[in-house]
Amino acid sequence: MPYIPHTEDDVQAMLAAIGADSIEQLFDEIPAHLKAGSSLDALPEGQGEMEVTRLMADRAEQDRFALSFIGGGAYAHHIPAAVWEIATRGEYYTAYTPYQAEASQGTLQVIYEYQTLIARLTGMDVSNASVYDGASGLAEAVLMSLRANRKSKSRKVLVPEALNPRYRSACDAIVRNQDVELVSVPFCTDAGQTLVDGLKEHEGQDFAALVISQPNYFGSLEDVDALTDWAHANGMLVIAVVNPTSLALLTPPGEWGEQGADIVVGEGQPLGIPLSSGGPYFGFMACTKKHVRQMPGRIIGRTIDMEGKQGFTLTLQAREQHIRRSKATSNICTNQGLAMTAATIYTSLLGPDGLASVAGHCHANTQKLADKLCALDGVERAFTAPVFHEVALTLPQDADTVLAKLAEKDILGGLSLAKDYSMKNAILVNATEVHTEGDLDLFAQALKEVLA
Amino acid sequence: MSNETTLIFQHSRPGRSATAQAPKPVSEDQLSAIPASLRRKNKPGLPEVGELEVVRHYTNLSTKNFAIDKQFYPLGSCTMKYNPRGANRAAMLPGFLNRHPLAPASHSQGYLACMYELQNFLKEVTGMKGVSLAPMAGAQGEFAGVAMIRAYHEARGDDARTEILIPEAAHGTNPATAVMCGYKVREVPVGKNGDVDLEALKEACGPQTAGLMMTNPSTCGVFERQIEAISKAVHDAGGLLYYDGANLNAILGKVRPGDMGFDVIHMNLHKTFATPHGGGGPGAGPVGVSQRLLDYLPTPMAGRDEESGGSSGEYHWIDTDTLPTSIGHLSAFMGNAGVLLRAYFYAMVLGRQGMIRVGEYSTLAANYLLKRLEAIGCQAAYPDRRASHEFILTFAKLAKDQHVTALDIAKRLLDYNQHAPTIYFPLLVPECFLIEPTETETKEAMDDFVDAMEQILNEAKTDPETVTEAPFTQPVRRLDEVKAAKELDLVWSE
Repeated sequence: MPYIPHTEDDVQAMLAAIGADSIEQLFDEIPAHLKAGSSLDALPEGQGEMEVTRLMADRAEQDRFALSFIGGGAYAHHIPAAVWEIATRGEYYTAYTPYQAEASQGTLQVIYEYQTLIARLTGMDVSNASVYDGASGLAEAVLMSLRANRKSKSRKVLVPEALNPRYRSACDAIVRNQDVELVSVPFCTDAGQTLVDGLKEHEGQDFAALVISQPNYFGSLEDVDALTDWAHANGMLVIAVVNPTSLALLTPPGEWGEQGADIVVGEGQPLGIPLSSGGPYFGFMACTKKHVRQMPGRIIGRTIDMEGKQGFTLTLQAREQHIRRSKATSNICTNQGLAMTAATIYTSLLGPDGLASVAGHCHANTQKLADKLCALDGVERAFTAPVFHEVALTLPQDADTVLAKLAEKDILGGLSLAKDYSMKNAILVNATEVHTEGDLDLFAQALKEVLA
Repeated sequence: MSNETTLIFQHSRPGRSATAQAPKPVSEDQLSAIPASLRRKNKPGLPEVGELEVVRHYTNLSTKNFAIDKQFYPLGSCTMKYNPRGANRAAMLPGFLNRHPLAPASHSQGYLACMYELQNFLKEVTGMKGVSLAPMAGAQGEFAGVAMIRAYHEARGDDARTEILIPEAAHGTNPATAVMCGYKVREVPVGKNGDVDLEALKEACGPQTAGLMMTNPSTCGVFERQIEAISKAVHDAGGLLYYDGANLNAILGKVRPGDMGFDVIHMNLHKTFATPHGGGGPGAGPVGVSQRLLDYLPTPMAGRDEESGGSSGEYHWIDTDTLPTSIGHLSAFMGNAGVLLRAYFYAMVLGRQGMIRVGEYSTLAANYLLKRLEAIGCQAAYPDRRASHEFILTFAKLAKDQHVTALDIAKRLLDYNQHAPTIYFPLLVPECFLIEPTETETKEAMDDFVDAMEQILNEAKTDPETVTEAPFTQPVRRLDEVKAAKELDLVWSE
């Protein structure tokens, strides 16, 4: 019996101890007519590890290799071999939430180190132990801002149109049932940036927070200082949505404008997590000390044991669902422990200079890619703003058609901006440190052929 | 076990680095397009350490954890069963790891095939009409379920339903979820035998009832025998019935939530489908629905050409453009794909017979362990009931007579190299243990646990301080949690 160790003797001994004649008898409290019986016939017969591994290997092979320039919130990076070899050690992989702190000091110390890494990368005071992903993390940040902004009575938050549309839709799906309204802020269609000018109509109005994405969905760098100061001058909190790789080079949200951002969230995937079809990733979440009691999710604190020795434990649990039930800050009860462990190992391996190198290569390669593609007739940058590692380009032809033709050549040439922004000839492309000069040339050559 | 207590930051030396891991630095020239005003002034205080130090540090830290791979881990309601290594290897195949979530369907047929089959597998084993794999954890599955209930009522113009009913023994996530979906919570009492107080439930049902959330077997570790009457009461009042799949392991292959009358369920794949808990996550919380909620399932889902009249056998995504009534996306992409692949592997290995065995042998193990523990003097909370896949002991008498609490016994168990069961949950049973051995533990492992418990109960009488001051063998003694919460130290500083 796969994964069940009992011999026939074991089963008989256990039944004898219970005083039952059969296993079936143990289900005698369940009304007989409710039992599943033959209704499971549609399920397949079980197979061995060898057969299922072969099936899945064939399937994985079917997702044939393609040279990808897709970003849009998930990015291909080199992941050092050590990261997942250590993260999948059974001691990390098969432990649960560290409820018994004395027997979970490994996981607890890793989380404390993670919280420190995130705080330092974002320039914030405190971090939680992570949430599901960047988009749901934004939803948690929006709900948190309603609780944390004591001056505001509003259930509205300003969200830029230039924020990743997948973040906007997931955030809306999560917050709308609590009558929270996300009000759109337009972007400048020349620059591809969210400008303070575009916020003028909301001056003096009551909003709980302004969301600022750095970089935004188009890869454009926003004038985060001006946006942050405008929000604070208008009584709003600032929720920063940032890419963690970029923070090795860019001003951390804690230093934006005069006072810095109040809440920071983002997708942790670039820190050592494989693309893996979208998950498991992790969302990081940090804030100023003042708001820590409004932050959802697990938080680990350093303390001492009864002999005065350093130790780590879950803390501030009075915010959480298992204590506060309907009055909790959120229903969330997991963090993305394993992904967060991998990210802690990744970030430690790279260090400040290594991460800056990765960020630098991403930026430089994306610039180079944009230059190569823009050398083709009719291809140009869609916007004038400087970018980090993603850039929007206008093509002389319909974007969806061009991307489909590129895919036939096994080149995934980015994302179409047709559906989300009605820019039917525009694509969004990304390059990272994994792309060689040769890869960039292959893309340029293929695009040239497709456009010809 | 390692005595590593140094933080990775304390290993840091300026200029040290694991240079094989990162690309060569780029020149400032190559960064000139980034305005100076947006550049970071000081480099972030990340550790500067070599590769070996990182490997050694995190390997040493890992040894301070209890884990299923090392210990019996009978954490009630968490289903800490063996996590097959084969599932990990299959999910980590390069073709799966390197697939971008937004890659076109033409380059995703293998992945989509696995997801499509997993959806069908889960549909069949739960007796539901449709399944979405999108939710990223049990609590997000709950959210999706209650959001669908709300969407259903709203689509019918039935706006007066403002309340979700929840038995008082429920997980804390249930009321927290109902609130996140904009509902008020009304708790329903549970009787002395562990079943819901049916009369109280009937009184609570009315035109304001949007639905009832319940777990069956309940968090009391017993099967709710009146489930059909409960279903009728809620449905007669116009409400829908929500199944919290936390305890699905107990009945997998034996009874299907769809056959019990539930309209919507979530499953915790990290429990029932053996995916790892990873020190707190990631999980996966797929949702299944009855006919009337099909239109509201969260997206994206995997679809197959045949269903829409085609014949190519190709798979595609079902998204909000073809299912506009969906409650939408709950994550940036499509949930915890890697967890779903591990669950798919597990389901394929188990197959039909294996599914049925899960419910059978987890129930056998729990009833065996309960009887053995009762025989050494432990008090069952519901002695007249069959255990499901888990059961509750109460140490209220011991706490009163010897001043040895459930917490003390839990801590002492660690000294016997046994992970403690869930303690103080459900809240309505004083000084309790919620114990779930799972189907993957040997009889000997359970017998060892019983031996440890017997010795601890003796210690409680003869030498209570050995219990009340435990643990003695772990990396740390009991921690000062009051200090942790009062003098917040969440981030290290030099």
